Amino acid sequence: MKTSDHSPKSAIKQPGKIAVWFLTIYDIYRFIIRFFKEALLPPYEFKEVMRQCYEIGYRSVLLISTTGFITGLVFTKQSRPSLSEFGATSWLPSLVGIALLRTLAPLLTGLIAAGKVGSSIGAELGSMNVTEQIDAMEVSATNPFKYLVVTRVLAATITMPILAFYTVMIGMLGSLLNVSINEGTSASAFFQSSLESITFLDITASTTKAILFGFTIGMVGCYQGYNSSKGTEGVGKAANASVVIAMFLIFVEEVVCVQFFSFFIT
Amino acid sequence: MQQKELTDTNREKVIEIKGLNKSFGDMKVLSSANLDLIKGENLVVLGKSGSGKSVLIKIIIGLLKPDIGMVNVLGKTVDQITYKELLKLRLRVGFSFQSSALYDSMTVKQNLEFPLIRNQRSLTKLETEKRIDEMLDAVGLLKTLNQMPSELSGGQRKRIGIARTLILQPEIMLYDEPSAGLDPITCIEINKLINDVQERFHTSAIIITHDLTCAKEVGNRIAMLVDGHFERQGTFEKVFNSGDEQAQAFYNYNFIQ
Ligand SMILES: Nc1ncnc2c1ncn2[C@@H]1O[C@H](COP(=O)(O)OP(=O)(O)O)[C@@H](O)[C@H]1O
Ligand SMILES: [Mg+2]
Repeated sequence: MKTSDHSPKSAIKQPGKIAVWFLTIYDIYRFIIRFFKEALLPPYEFKEVMRQCYEIGYRSVLLISTTGFITGLVFTKQSRPSLSEFGATSWLPSLVGIALLRTLAPLLTGLIAAGKVGSSIGAELGSMNVTEQIDAMEVSATNPFKYLVVTRVLAATITMPILAFYTVMIGMLGSLLNVSINEGTSASAFFQSSLESITFLDITASTTKAILFGFTIGMVGCYQGYNSSKGTEGVGKAANASVVIAMFLIFVEEVVCVQFFSFFIT
Repeated sequence: MQQKELTDTNREKVIEIKGLNKSFGDMKVLSSANLDLIKGENLVVLGKSGSGKSVLIKIIIGLLKPDIGMVNVLGKTVDQITYKELLKLRLRVGFSFQSSALYDSMTVKQNLEFPLIRNQRSLTKLETEKRIDEMLDAVGLLKTLNQMPSELSGGQRKRIGIARTLILQPEIMLYDEPSAGLDPITCIEINKLINDVQERFHTSAIIITHDLTCAKEVGNRIAMLVDGHFERQGTFEKVFNSGDEQAQAFYNYNFIQ
């Protein structure tokens, strides 16, 4: 059921700031629990999940391609002076490969998707909430949470690792361009040496992060939109909060993940 | 016109509201409201804007919870059943929004399809299409099948909203200000549609309005919501010949002005 009537604001008569904070946390907790419950129970909205995946990919692919390519190129260019001091410019491909896979690609993709995808999820659900379209689903005996929230969160979670690996590939191309101009390295030699240094753990860590970022972006956008205040300014606020909160959480998760996976490296 | 109060013999109550209270913060919206909807009747709820009419029917459909009081719909106590049971109950109660609330990213056809295919999974594609055509025909808008809601006029949107509600074949219809913001001629069309629906689908209905012409045209019975509860109930004549100040004010505003 929609929680508009039980939102933190109306649950207690005049709750203090701390009470509101705890009630909000509880509300978010219930939202996440509900997601898992409804995602597991049939009926499933396969078609809508696929459509959302396509939407998310389509919305962000151009921006990700450009930024990924430039990042790979610039990172290579900036790293060269330090490496060439030791005559180690041949390490560039593997350095770039590891940097992209471990951190740059998931983080970059996550941040771009938070801006591009998170804001549009927040705005879309927010405006559906304001114009009573969510209530309309509710009263026509269809579960809006299932159709709107579960599908979008799943789609973001599925799409993000794919986009992150795509960013790795595009970033490598950017790097290859720079390396082949300066060192004259061939494409096959470049990819061979960059792939050699990548471990299974790197791939696992990177995928985990991307999945986590995708889940975060979908969840934050949906929560903000689904619980936006009525009125036009509610839509703007929902879109804005979706981006700001998702970006902040992505950085926090990045730090936590790096700490977590570093236990396995030694 | 059909100002016939239903006789006592067939008084099966499909909605029963007793001692309903609802406040938002310090603002009391409904206080000890009592109201019954009798099977087969069109009940018009009149009241000033902001008097809590929408809140009342949102409580009936379970979008809002009552603070105190009993709300019984088709034998179920709305605020005490599980979410699953509530969804089942909502299949039998149609709700037409004041704002129409059409899904603006979907065509008219998809709007009607949306509740249908999710609630009646056994229907074949052909049967679904047939039902959609039938409903659009009932509201006289078959030609809009592939249009987007943004391309429709206010009156058309209202009617599509009603068709989308009717497609689940509800026993009770709740109309929230069906003719608000429409021109007089479209109003007459909507009133006619509401009466058609009653006749064709044998629904019981609560119609919320502040338009007396509409009340007169569609209501078998009228209830006035004043200060959070229902003061006067009865036929149009009974309510407006009562000499009640509030009723008189309403009447004067609509007809004499
Ligand atoms: N979800 C809500 N939260 C807080 N106040 C509300 C809510 N819904 C309605 N209200 C308030 O309740 C009062 C009655 O509203 P409503 O039932 O929409 O009036 P109307 O009779 O015009 O349909 C209004 O003052 C409105 O501001
Ligand atoms: Mg209203």
